[in-house]
Amino acid sequence: MTTVPVPSAALRARRRRSALRTLGFLSPWLVGFSVFFAYPLIATVYFSFMKYDGFTAPSWVGLKNWAYVFQDNPFFWPALRNTLWLVLVMVTCRVVFGLGIGVLITRIRTGAGFFRTLFYLPYLAPPVAATVSFVFLLNPGTGPVNTILAAIGLGEPDWFNDPGWSKPSLTLLALWCIGDLMVIFMASLLDVPKEQYEAAELDGASAWQRFRFVTLPNISPIVLFAVITGVIATMQYYTEPLVAAKVASGVIGGSGQHFEPGYPDKSTLTVPQVVYNLGFQRFDTGAACVVALVLFVLAMVFTVFLMRRRSGFMSPED
Amino acid sequence: MTTELSLPRTAPTPAPGKNSSAARTARRRAALEWIALHSLALAAALFFLLPFVFVFLTAVMSGDQALTRDLWPHTWEWGNFADVWNTPGFLTWWRNTLLYAGGGTVLAVGSSLPVAYALARFRFRGRNVMMMLVIAAMMLPPQVIIVPMYLFWAKQLDLAGTLWPLIIPFAFGNAFTIFLLRQFLLTIPREYTEAARIDGCGEFRTLVKVVVPMARPAIAACALFHFFYCWNDYFGPQIYASENPAAWTLSYGLESFKGAHQTDWNLTMAATVLVMAPVIIVFFFAQKAFVEGVTLTGVKG
Repeated sequence: MTTVPVPSAALRARRRRSALRTLGFLSPWLVGFSVFFAYPLIATVYFSFMKYDGFTAPSWVGLKNWAYVFQDNPFFWPALRNTLWLVLVMVTCRVVFGLGIGVLITRIRTGAGFFRTLFYLPYLAPPVAATVSFVFLLNPGTGPVNTILAAIGLGEPDWFNDPGWSKPSLTLLALWCIGDLMVIFMASLLDVPKEQYEAAELDGASAWQRFRFVTLPNISPIVLFAVITGVIATMQYYTEPLVAAKVASGVIGGSGQHFEPGYPDKSTLTVPQVVYNLGFQRFDTGAACVVALVLFVLAMVFTVFLMRRRSGFMSPED
Repeated sequence: MTTELSLPRTAPTPAPGKNSSAARTARRRAALEWIALHSLALAAALFFLLPFVFVFLTAVMSGDQALTRDLWPHTWEWGNFADVWNTPGFLTWWRNTLLYAGGGTVLAVGSSLPVAYALARFRFRGRNVMMMLVIAAMMLPPQVIIVPMYLFWAKQLDLAGTLWPLIIPFAFGNAFTIFLLRQFLLTIPREYTEAARIDGCGEFRTLVKVVVPMARPAIAACALFHFFYCWNDYFGPQIYASENPAAWTLSYGLESFKGAHQTDWNLTMAATVLVMAPVIIVFFFAQKAFVEGVTLTGVKG
């Protein structure tokens, strides 16, 4: 009665088959992960300690690249400061505006489908096209926005050409492309149990109180999700500020053109741009890898935070 | 009891009489709220619509007029679109974008499906770790690993200046697609796949014959997302294709187009319209899949 069940040959064969089957199904990702994630990450760490211009053989320089990036590189700290600004202002504006549009769209009775489609549409515009368009719309000389502002007697900012206005201009563009957040908020708002609103109404809660004490607690996980994914997106923020700076400064596109990143006055510089500038314009591979690792740490801190707070991400089925 | 049940559902509180002052106040408040909400919506609509309108109006202006403060075109220069279309290279960018987006999408969805299926259905050691790595890869800014990746493609394989470094990686699963598909596959009841197994289907056949047809909406959403990701990608083409104009995509070409037409806002806006148009047209045909996909990423997490 106390015999330990010895796995029969058939059982072992079945286990091996199932392990092989799992491996087979996972194989694309196992290769992809190793070649396009693990290997380059390790190589980035390796290169961060090397002097390498892409042509002559790499040589070990210890922490010199790190010291250069943190002490002497003129772009690193401005880029980090811009990122902080974007996290504080752009992410906040996006979440507040996205939530506002989400609330609006769930309460509209007439033409809801039309408004929803229209509000969503700019999100689909290719970032380069949207950015070029906004640089045009906001150009100080002949742009339609300043034309209208002048007509109604308001001031005419220099938008993408003024270091004080360039990030607000990018924020405006980010608000225009709010469609993804709107849909996520819309779905979560529609999931709030109706009974809770009815109960609050019976208790005499005002519209604001109903929002504050019924809506917000119910959707707070989604708000947090939006904030953290917004922060992660800000870590990757690249195309819009770069294209805006290039087009606004009148730099001709294509390769080989000199371009001082962050026009105007480093105000649109972001951390990924510093990686590109160091690695692909100055051919300082080591320093580029140092900045890449800083970016990695920043992005992973928020990713881990997101995974912790949203355990649903990880929860196994059943 | 029966009277209570037969009360009109639209009346939140039983009104004593149709024209009582309470009922009138309630109705007036509802009307005011309707007006306030729809005015707000119209204001928002202007914010979302006007950029498109001004871009379009400038796209059909004459070159001279586009440099003035006029908002409305004097003459409608539809030929601007033809001029852009016939710009040397424009068709090549178009073809490259379709190759990148089309090829990348087919490969990414095809290679991610079995991975997502295994992560959703199989039990094996390290499954949660794998899932965590998928999410980490999804959140990783592409710039973090770009230096060694570029060296790998350029020095080891000598493929810089082609579309291959952009397309090939998608043949090995895409983290975002895996994540999205897995989230959806978890919602398919086990009974379906188990029934298929009892009928003697292998796992691969179960995936192809049972799961794929059921997951069609999610697959469509993933394909669309992926297609648009490639269509919109600027960083990848900038890294791998910038040296060779024959390998530029629309996103990368558009910016250089602006450079080559420094002062021609009308042509630049016409090019912008041509780059935006396909995305918007596809959206109108596939609206539902899109919205479902966005919801799936954010809410079903």
